[in-house]
Amino acid sequence: MNRFTVSSSPHIRSAESVSRIMFDVVLALIPAALAAVYFFGVRVLFIIGLSVLSAVLTEALIQKLTKKPITINDWSAVVTGILLAYNLPPTAPWWLPVIGSAIAIALVKHAFGGLGQNFMNPALAARAILLAAWPVRMTSWQIPGVDTVSTATPLAILKGTEAGAAQLPSLWDAFLGNIGGCIGETSALALLIGAAYLLYRGVINWRIPFTFIGTVALLTWIFGGDGLFTGNAIMHILTGGLILGAFFMATDYPSSPVTPLGQIIMGIGCGIITSVIRLYGGYPEGVSYSILIMNIAAPLIDRYTEPRIYGEVKNNA
Amino acid sequence: MVDMKLLSFRGGTHPPSKKHFTEGKAVEKAAVPPIVSIPLQQHIGAPCEAIVKPGDRVKMGQKIGQPKGFVSAPVHASVSGIVKSIQPVPSATGGQVLAVVIENDGLDTLYDSITPRDIDSLTPEELKTLILESGIVGMGGATFPTHVKLSPSPEKKIDTVILNGAECEPYLTADHRLMLEQPHEIIYGLKAIMKVLGVTKGFIGIEDNKPDAIQSMRKAAEGEGNIQIKALKTKYPQGAEKQLIEAITKRQVPSGKLPMDVGVVVNNVGTAAAIAKAIKTGIPLIERIVTVAGGAVKEPKNLLVRIGTSFKDVIEQCGGFKEEPAKVISGGPMMGLAQYTLDVPVTKGTSGILLLTHQEAEVPPVQPCIRCGKCIGVCPIHLVPLNISAFALNEDFDNAEKAHALDCIECGSCSYICPAKRPLLQSIRMAKRAIIANRKK
Repeated sequence: MNRFTVSSSPHIRSAESVSRIMFDVVLALIPAALAAVYFFGVRVLFIIGLSVLSAVLTEALIQKLTKKPITINDWSAVVTGILLAYNLPPTAPWWLPVIGSAIAIALVKHAFGGLGQNFMNPALAARAILLAAWPVRMTSWQIPGVDTVSTATPLAILKGTEAGAAQLPSLWDAFLGNIGGCIGETSALALLIGAAYLLYRGVINWRIPFTFIGTVALLTWIFGGDGLFTGNAIMHILTGGLILGAFFMATDYPSSPVTPLGQIIMGIGCGIITSVIRLYGGYPEGVSYSILIMNIAAPLIDRYTEPRIYGEVKNNA
Repeated sequence: MVDMKLLSFRGGTHPPSKKHFTEGKAVEKAAVPPIVSIPLQQHIGAPCEAIVKPGDRVKMGQKIGQPKGFVSAPVHASVSGIVKSIQPVPSATGGQVLAVVIENDGLDTLYDSITPRDIDSLTPEELKTLILESGIVGMGGATFPTHVKLSPSPEKKIDTVILNGAECEPYLTADHRLMLEQPHEIIYGLKAIMKVLGVTKGFIGIEDNKPDAIQSMRKAAEGEGNIQIKALKTKYPQGAEKQLIEAITKRQVPSGKLPMDVGVVVNNVGTAAAIAKAIKTGIPLIERIVTVAGGAVKEPKNLLVRIGTSFKDVIEQCGGFKEEPAKVISGGPMMGLAQYTLDVPVTKGTSGILLLTHQEAEVPPVQPCIRCGKCIGVCPIHLVPLNISAFALNEDFDNAEKAHALDCIECGSCSYICPAKRPLLQSIRMAKRAIIANRKK
């Protein structure tokens, strides 16, 4: 009898899809991988590949065991795998990405309900666990182009924890990525190319990344030097995980606020915490922890920043 | 007056326009079928009572349904012939509706008392009565009785009349063609509305994807100092009443209030043309322009269709199906209503009949919400659709109400944009219904 489908309007849907969004993020992360290969050698591809493989297999395994539809073709596990790898040092042993991605997917993503339900950025939460478990392995830096010679990151030098011989790199090297650091975080240039693509595609918006980076720039300029307003803000922006974190990690949909004002608060909050850790904390770098802390605050931020609706009456009785 | 700045609102989205099917097709008179079924309720409000009985001979334009209540509008015979029966027929708005079924004698004999008039010889009150007696309702699809809109309570000072020529729904071009082919009728109707309300500011808002319509209306409005044609940004839902008012007057209708609360009355361009016709010819609203489009129709057209013609008869005049449609929609694809049968009659609110192919009407499987926030960005009311939807799905209607579910205008932008293909609007509708039902308790 019913020849025609009867359903609620609207009757058409946009071409947007979850997998397309995730695939765009993968595309946007490729320039950073190329830069990593250039500066740290082909081995980083092995680390990234293992990380992605572990993430995808863990997701498939969990979904198979829990008898849920297997959704590894939505690219979201691939994104988590790449981001986890990008947060590892180039010297990481093979098992570090394998364990890290498994933790990210199993513990942070699926234990809380899977896609869209993670309350923290999976890759960052896993990184924090790895850092606590294997602090030395997680901080064995490498001079670009030279195998396994340990070096200090520019932020550690800025902080003064690496006394004496260590020299800050030039801003140009920091911009290109010719510095010590995690696999995917060193090349500001490569990351910004990817970020521009995500902004162009509408996958992310300006609010979190620009306020995050802007806040760090402002605070490190004011308080980062010997006197007020003498800090090396540009070096702070270009080094460490700020650009990777601001554009690719703090913008993680499920773990960041959805309201426009909430996103601005998220960015500023991340910027303040990052700056405080970098300038006054025990670690040279604070991007990861700042994002994780703000992730926890995100639901609360959303609750208090609902947009004012069209025609909202003031003093609504 | 030429105003180059594009007016708009915050939020909204850009579904593909798909207007190419019919925007170049001049309105053709559809053949009048041997049988018409004229529903006794074609408007928001109380249904009419039939004032004819089976066996009666009726003439074209004769009143056959008398409104019961103020918010209602009479219905008229769209053909001359014999009343066969008064029986329930499928309604485009769902369920069944009582209809007067008339066997057409093919003569189109006009009802005796029909006489041409003109604006100048009628007082505002007489004009309003004429609009009521002609059965004029909102022809954009909402079908709210026009005379009610023209009867604001005395403490509401109306200073602006806006005609809606945005036609922001994809596929539909009925208003577009009307603005090209009968711009003077639209202006005439607008002047009548302005006279009834005693208003000296009239605007016609048109999306800038119809530059020829803007030009046509500007030409027709030359010398009319009180009427301005405003180009609007092409963005869905630009034609939604509140968004249109904001774009043109910068006024926001307060939550829970009506346009008249900010001194504005909005009517569709089609409604204005129907008013003009009712004044100039004396013939009430018995026909309307219907866009027939979509990938599954052989020959998409704009047709001038008599009220009561079945969808089936209309589609036959467009060569029938190119392929079996997956979905038949009365109205546009964003806000229109899906039909289960082609036996539904065309009513005063049928702006389009869309026959969508499986590809066009495809709704991919629903995935979990990834909290991308795109629904917030497109919502023209600035709601947080993902939250209201989540409350609704948890049957937490108190929180849905606190999240302003009742302010939703059901434009469908959220469901349209959602990458996870979640039925956001559907769940918000459910919440609205539950909230209203609770209030009545």
